[in-house]
Amino acid sequence: MPDVKMPQLGESVTEGTVGQWFKKVGDPVAQYEPLLEVVTDKVTAEVPSDFDGVLQEICVQEGDTVSVGTVLCRVATPSDRTAQVPAHVSDVSVQTQPQENEAAKSGANVPQSSSEGAVTQPAPRPSGRFSPAVLSLAEEHHVDLADVTGSGEGGRITRKDVLVYLEHRQSHATATTEVKPDTARGVQSPPPTRPTSPSTGLPERRTESADADVEVVEATAIRKTIARRMVDSKHNAPHAWTMVEADVTRLAQFRDTAKVDFKRREGVDLTYLPFFIKAAVEALKRFPEVNASWVDGQIHYKKRVHISIAVATDAGLAVPVIHDADSLSIAGLAHRINELAAKARSGRLTVDDVQGGTFTVNNTGAFGSVLSQPIINAPQAAILSCESVVKRPVVVDDAIAIRSMVNLCMSLDHRVLDGWVAGQFLQAVRERLCSFGAETVLY
Amino acid sequence: MPVRQYIEAIHDGLSAEMAADDRVFVLGEDVGVRGGVFRVTSGLFEQFGEARVVDTPLAESAIVGVAIGAAAVGMRPVAEIQFADFILPAMNQIVSEAAKMRYRSNGDWSCPLVVRAPYGGGIHGALYHSQSVEALFAHVPGLKIATPATPADAKGMLRAAIRDPDPVLFFEHKKLYRLLKEDVPDEDYIVPLGKAAVRRQGDDITVISYGYVLHLVLEAADRLASEGITTEVLDLRTLRPLDEEAILSAARKTGKVLIVHEDNKVAGVGAEVSAMIAEKALFDLDAPIARLAGPEVPAMPFAPPLERAYLLDVEKVTNAMRELARF
Repeated sequence: MPDVKMPQLGESVTEGTVGQWFKKVGDPVAQYEPLLEVVTDKVTAEVPSDFDGVLQEICVQEGDTVSVGTVLCRVATPSDRTAQVPAHVSDVSVQTQPQENEAAKSGANVPQSSSEGAVTQPAPRPSGRFSPAVLSLAEEHHVDLADVTGSGEGGRITRKDVLVYLEHRQSHATATTEVKPDTARGVQSPPPTRPTSPSTGLPERRTESADADVEVVEATAIRKTIARRMVDSKHNAPHAWTMVEADVTRLAQFRDTAKVDFKRREGVDLTYLPFFIKAAVEALKRFPEVNASWVDGQIHYKKRVHISIAVATDAGLAVPVIHDADSLSIAGLAHRINELAAKARSGRLTVDDVQGGTFTVNNTGAFGSVLSQPIINAPQAAILSCESVVKRPVVVDDAIAIRSMVNLCMSLDHRVLDGWVAGQFLQAVRERLCSFGAETVLY
Repeated sequence: MPVRQYIEAIHDGLSAEMAADDRVFVLGEDVGVRGGVFRVTSGLFEQFGEARVVDTPLAESAIVGVAIGAAAVGMRPVAEIQFADFILPAMNQIVSEAAKMRYRSNGDWSCPLVVRAPYGGGIHGALYHSQSVEALFAHVPGLKIATPATPADAKGMLRAAIRDPDPVLFFEHKKLYRLLKEDVPDEDYIVPLGKAAVRRQGDDITVISYGYVLHLVLEAADRLASEGITTEVLDLRTLRPLDEEAILSAARKTGKVLIVHEDNKVAGVGAEVSAMIAEKALFDLDAPIARLAGPEVPAMPFAPPLERAYLLDVEKVTNAMRELARF
């Protein structure tokens, strides 16, 4: 049911007073027929109806002053569909009273449309723009498109919507020929494939398939491989977890003083990772039990030390291997890490580059983590996460000092290792890390 | 039926036609002793001898020029251009001579010539080993252009091309060479030129494609099927002449058409297909005709991330198809 609102009768006019109603509630009104007279400080004007219909409700009484846009009355129109057309109270005919000639001048060119008189619609309706296919079908089958519910973007009526509608109409037509009139309430029910939401009456999109709020994407091959390996590892290896913290203040100071020179000389950044790997490798040499695998009831101790490192890439996680990491200096490790990371990010890792790892060092500190529970890179027996190096207040010799601390987290396959060995191994890593300092040789 | 790779199917088709018809011979760079850089002509030199498997100088204009001359006197030459990127020096021979021979001689002469060329990217070939050149020739009356997407088509269409009385450009997507295997008939069969193939039936959207990316489309259609979107997939197979009947029928089936090709979009094959549908099937369209194609940059980049960005992938294709389905 369209509203008739207070028109703006002049550029600076913000309100108007209802002078006189020409119609009473219940009176039929014709399009363009004056409904009431509005008085402003500049003009007196008649407000016509934009519709054929019946005056349903008067909202503002004679003598009341209301602001522009206030609903003055409501007109019931004969057809529902008319109601969807935005109701303009445009073309306000301004009838100037003789004694207000001057005001008329300013008012005469004013009558712009009032603010939109459209009734708020409960559902978005088709815009009136239909695809050629929809129009052809509608014409061919004499379909009134107002009867069709749109399921496309923005409620657009798609060709399929018309086809579904036709199918429903057809099945209904054949049904009613056999059905008694009292069952004809079936007419009211919407086609079964287009359920509507009870709360809004809006067509629910794609209810027959997945939730519209969820985008379903097939995992990439690499994602699936990661998933399978993670599940296998968690499923087969009973994970135990432990953590120690290490004071790496001296290492942090040393790295700060050495890194600019190192970068200039070597062309690669001096990160903490080669130090972590160096410490882990040396600890593995002291506790070779950790450099092992559980294989069908046997424990395979690996004589060579090949360190897997995790590299994040656009395509997913890559885990290249530094072979014989125990034979490399810290500078050598830095180069090797840089090389493998570059290959991983450009998708050029070879099979050899990712095979044969015996122990994994995971640089979770790279993304700011301070604590993690890594999943073992099966069939290895353990994985070490080196977290962020952060400055913390710690107790040193019964005084509180600010030190650079790092958490070293380790997940171990409890079939292969017990806490005792793992703990000693972690202690060894910690001791080695604490020992790095100004006197450390990088080559 | 033996299972054959795309590249083996082409080899088999070539070998079978050479065995069946003495007039058929192969010429190109390294096609003889070497057996072709991709090994398509492997073994033909030993089987048919140097008179019928001819190594040529690195001069594409000469390769095609010689082939045109041989065709004019009744031979059935199959010229190989090592990479489609290098076909351009032979452009004049193909466009101004081969394509016009029948017309210019009022039907007295014809040019039963096949030019084979591997095209397309995705093999880290960079600027000079990745181009799609089909649109450059699709404009030229008098040429036929075949772009098979499956091993069985590759063999059947090559045999049809060799038997065709007029010049045929036979573009083989090099990424497909060893990517695909399927049953390929041993017996004498051809897949006629100018006939598209419906690869998948559906009634929500229609996707028209050819070459390697057709397989991306099929994979995307599989994914979308799980979302309740069904896809009609048309493989053009021949780019000139286009199979108008099949294109219009596929377009009319759903009224929502997406054209997908690896080649860039502007003035590409998709433009012609799109125009044909707009001219002949406007009143069956339910959405603007959509195209998904390579970007408007001069060449395939070498850096792997850029190459990936340039090329279509299942993700991009799926998104474009889903968007059209939702419209």
